[in-house]
Amino acid sequence: MSTVTPANLDLPPENWWRSRTARRFRRHRLAMFGVVMIAVLTIACVLGPYVLPYDQLFIDLRARFAPPMTGGHIFGTDPLGRDVAARLFHAGRISLLVGFCAMLISIVIGTVIGVLSGYYGGRVDAALMRFTDAFLSFPSIFLLLALAAFIRPDPLMITVIIAVTTWMEVARIVSTEVRSLRERDFILAAHMLGLSNSWIMFRELLPNAIGPIIVAATLTVARAILLEAYVSFLGYGIQPPLPSWGNMLNGAQQYLGSAPWLAIVPGIAITLAVTSFNFIGDGLRDALDARSDLS
Amino acid sequence: MLRYIVGRIGQSLVLLFLVSIIGYFVLLLAPGGPMSQFALTPGISKQDLDRIAEQMGLNRPIIVQYADWLWHLLQGDWGASFRDNRPVLTVILDHLPATLLLMGSATAIAMTLGVWIGIMGAIRRYSIFDYAATVGAMIALSVPTFWFGLIAIYVFSLNLGWFPAGNMYTIGSGSVGDVLWHLVLPASVLALVDVAIWSRYMRTATLDVINQDFIKTARAKGLSARRVLFKHVVGNALLPMITLAGLQVPALLGGALVTETVFTWPGMGRLFLDSLGYNDYPVVMGLLMFSAVLVLIGNLLADLISAFVDPRIRLA
Repeated sequence: MSTVTPANLDLPPENWWRSRTARRFRRHRLAMFGVVMIAVLTIACVLGPYVLPYDQLFIDLRARFAPPMTGGHIFGTDPLGRDVAARLFHAGRISLLVGFCAMLISIVIGTVIGVLSGYYGGRVDAALMRFTDAFLSFPSIFLLLALAAFIRPDPLMITVIIAVTTWMEVARIVSTEVRSLRERDFILAAHMLGLSNSWIMFRELLPNAIGPIIVAATLTVARAILLEAYVSFLGYGIQPPLPSWGNMLNGAQQYLGSAPWLAIVPGIAITLAVTSFNFIGDGLRDALDARSDLS
Repeated sequence: MLRYIVGRIGQSLVLLFLVSIIGYFVLLLAPGGPMSQFALTPGISKQDLDRIAEQMGLNRPIIVQYADWLWHLLQGDWGASFRDNRPVLTVILDHLPATLLLMGSATAIAMTLGVWIGIMGAIRRYSIFDYAATVGAMIALSVPTFWFGLIAIYVFSLNLGWFPAGNMYTIGSGSVGDVLWHLVLPASVLALVDVAIWSRYMRTATLDVINQDFIKTARAKGLSARRVLFKHVVGNALLPMITLAGLQVPALLGGALVTETVFTWPGMGRLFLDSLGYNDYPVVMGLLMFSAVLVLIGNLLADLISAFVDPRIRLA
């Protein structure tokens, strides 16, 4: 029993490491900086807590507000005498994880809506895109905060809420992409083979639209990390004692004069992570764009 | 032109209707709901809760509640604040000028700087300046606005003492100069992200225009480089910027919320956060709707102005 599915007709995959796209990406200096930086941050956040001498929850009131590089505290201590470095790495695990998972959910929502609207066109497209536009009409922080404040969230809910307020750009990108792919000959061929709509949408169209989705996904991680920082800073995101880069900054303003490192250190971590993902996204966009070889 | 205007306004109204549905249902269906704050009162009985729900009309089917709310909204009755019973619209309008002042100043800064950086980057493409502007813009887009605000306060207020660390005016003063002095830091902080975006878009737009035939014609006629740049290139490159100004409203409003919090600026953003803290559903709901209205008005105005100055749009 053998049915000819388009999968059987696939050419053997070429060596992706040597492909033009991969080479273009490796030549993109900022993107490579981003990759290295994210790797370093991830390793630091995963291994850091095991290496440091202090536990993130260990309270030592005699050592409150120790400046950085004193008493074995690389980044100093906070108002309760907890080690900022230990908290920073623990917070990084949560912030990076929330950012990454929010991106996954956001991409799934955005892709499904985008593919449906691009493939069916007409009224479905109009309805779904107006729905998308309506979501885009709220400043995302307003919607995010309103949801977070009334739902009284745990990290999982925060992740979901961030996804719910970030899927719109993906939906638009995918919709545009699918709309142009839909007219190609291979889709006509798929229709003539009698393939079902859902097969064509998710096995034929989607793989061909994967480039822009990957770029959008990278940029969405950056946005999600940033949004988590915003809501947590404002007190409605990840709740202490669980640390996140955003909520570490939550009380930092009142100690700005006496303990500026409380504000500086987590802020740099957020900026580094977000910048790196933005650089990677930018590099991917250039690498996936075949025209960039010409210029 | 008239058909275009009517069509665009019609679209905005449809969108506004969708916005109201999303806003209302998202907030009302969230676990807890508007009753949660009353349920926290110690010793409150089930009967009391039922009575409050009945008084506030919260025991009706949600569709009825929504229709009722929308009907009152359209008549200008946005409900009363749970906190002090003042009409929601009055409360919001009280806080609007401060936010508009902040957003307006930030946009002015961002436009001036961003347009200039964009043009310079385009005419000196691939120069060190262009490269630095590109990387700088990407970093600026990645810095959390509130953190940039904290750093600005630390440097310019706590250490250098040039500007105040917060509030809109000195108590007892409130002269124009005093407000402007308080405005410098928050407006600059809010402008950062926008400078980055404006410069990126302006660079692309300028490059697009520079490569067109009419620029070659202008050069071939023997016009000076300066004249070609300012008369022919910049004028045309600014056209897409009108649309951008409209598209930036949501980001600007979101940024204003955080900036206002850090600088204790008495605008809509702070009102929003305060209302969240009080579980003040009517004000939160009102602000969500109001911000969406501002966004839609921004987009509508931008499109209408574009269509007015650029015949290609309204004829298409």
